[in-house]
Amino acid sequence: MTRSNIALLILIAGVATLPLFGGAYALRLGTIACMYSILALSWNVVGGFAGYPSFATAAFFGFGAYTAGVLVNDGLPLWLAVLVAAAAALLLAAALGAVLLRLRGHYFAIASLSLVEVLRELVNNATDLTGGGMGLNIPLASGAGVMAEAAFFFYAMWGLWLATALMVMAVAGSKLGFGLACIRQNETASGMVGLNTTLYKSLAFGLSACFVGAAGGVYAAWVHYIDPSDVFDILYSVKPIVMALMGGLGSPLGVACGAFLYLGLEEVVWRNYIQIHTGVLGLLIVLLLLFLPHGLISLRAGMFWRRTKHV
Amino acid sequence: MHAAQILVNALVLGCLYACIAIGFSLVWGVLNVINLIHGSFIVLGAYLAFGLYYSLHLSPWYAVIVAAPLFFVLGYLLQRLLLNRVIAAPVLVTLTMTFGLDLILNNAMIYFFKADYRKLTLSPPLGSISVAGVVVPVDRLIATASALALTGLLYLLLRRSRVGRAIVAVRLDRDAAILMGVDVKSIYAIAFGLGAALAGCAGVVMALIFPISPLTSSGYLGKAFVVCVLGGLGSVSGALAGGLLLALVESVGSTFFGPSHATTLSFVLLIVFLILRPQGLVGRKGFE
Repeated sequence: MTRSNIALLILIAGVATLPLFGGAYALRLGTIACMYSILALSWNVVGGFAGYPSFATAAFFGFGAYTAGVLVNDGLPLWLAVLVAAAAALLLAAALGAVLLRLRGHYFAIASLSLVEVLRELVNNATDLTGGGMGLNIPLASGAGVMAEAAFFFYAMWGLWLATALMVMAVAGSKLGFGLACIRQNETASGMVGLNTTLYKSLAFGLSACFVGAAGGVYAAWVHYIDPSDVFDILYSVKPIVMALMGGLGSPLGVACGAFLYLGLEEVVWRNYIQIHTGVLGLLIVLLLLFLPHGLISLRAGMFWRRTKHV
Repeated sequence: MHAAQILVNALVLGCLYACIAIGFSLVWGVLNVINLIHGSFIVLGAYLAFGLYYSLHLSPWYAVIVAAPLFFVLGYLLQRLLLNRVIAAPVLVTLTMTFGLDLILNNAMIYFFKADYRKLTLSPPLGSISVAGVVVPVDRLIATASALALTGLLYLLLRRSRVGRAIVAVRLDRDAAILMGVDVKSIYAIAFGLGAALAGCAGVVMALIFPISPLTSSGYLGKAFVVCVLGGLGSVSGALAGGLLLALVESVGSTFFGPSHATTLSFVLLIVFLILRPQGLVGRKGFE
């Protein structure tokens, strides 16, 4: 267990105390923060560890949301529906990954981007199952009060976040993580020394989709109404990437901190400058890439003053 | 069936798609940057045509002449000042950079022009012509001709001019081009400027046919993506071939399966092409 992993677990434990001293608004923010941390950490498995620029996060998020939504409507309990959504996302991603991950660089980025479009159009057109463009209503989970429900969904998202963090740490410390790092550095060479790159990449893609699908399921139950343009929004793919870049690619602690910082900034901008908030977001991205390309985690105290050098 | 009509529709649409994609393809092929601002550039070009028509009564044919240099300068500066700083970074960084720039430009357009859909309606309207039962609106016909003219101009530029040869040289082998004394940074900026100019002109052409709104930019971008992958990157003939193929698939697809499945069909085609023939229809292997 490295020091940064312990720090991440402490951060997660700290966030869990939020309901003790926060109102409904704080819980809503906390739930969203946990959700985006899940997405960013999951993306980090395929984008940070393996170095594949995946834009498919929104595809699996929407897929999970719709799977869980349809199942809950069929009378399944929420936890089972979310579990099924996670398993289905895992299988779908592993199967798709075996095909799509043959592509590299730009081509993979586009293929994963178009996966979002294809799934959105399919859901849009399968009106009998999903309600199409009219969206899907998900029945309220319980008759409990507003605060009880807010706390319930906060802890559901938080639990998923913890699970995701543990998964990412396990991957980072395992043979799989080592193999993914090899693939990132030189895929041809790692294939040459006997690494089954297709298997490793598919596994990484599947694992990165699994918790995203589950988060989508919880999200659907939380907001009670989903429609294709909402849950298959391409921003669900892009924001986790920006968060990961902001925090530091490949480092779980950095990615989680990036998610929190990003959401904090977004909330401030959104509340104060509603008309130009996407523009400010864009400006933030540009500045970040120009001046802090390795993320927050690369910030060191020594960067702010120059130590005298002995020549 | 009206096979001839479907074919003509596809042909017209295909030329428009090629026009949308050609600047995108140039930037991608030469700079190896997926330029996500492309869609917003097209919309900005459409607004320029709209504004010139309604404020100065300048017809869109002349708006092309105004748009090209304006957008060239805009693109040149953007590349020179911002993108050249991250050009050597991995795909993800340049992609995210252009995404950020796109957010800024798109938000600015929504802020200044509002998100309402507008339409440039020529007065008097141009009507349509019909030959042997095949009906084609004249504005579409003119737009197609302009699209072909723009594509042809780019082809000539890349083939005949000194700058064009340098762009092709950088695209083929960057390192060798440096050794031959080509200033790669300035070629990058010129290529990006050309891409922006083509996007602006494409926007002027699109203003004749499609409604104008900042929200349409992602639609243009999606089409450009598909066309580039189908046709092959960086080549003029590739964009034309890709545009025509996409339009044909969409027209035939929406005739047989209904228009709601046309997008799905085009993206499925995209994924199939990515896997089976990533260099595109006319591309050569090893160029991607």
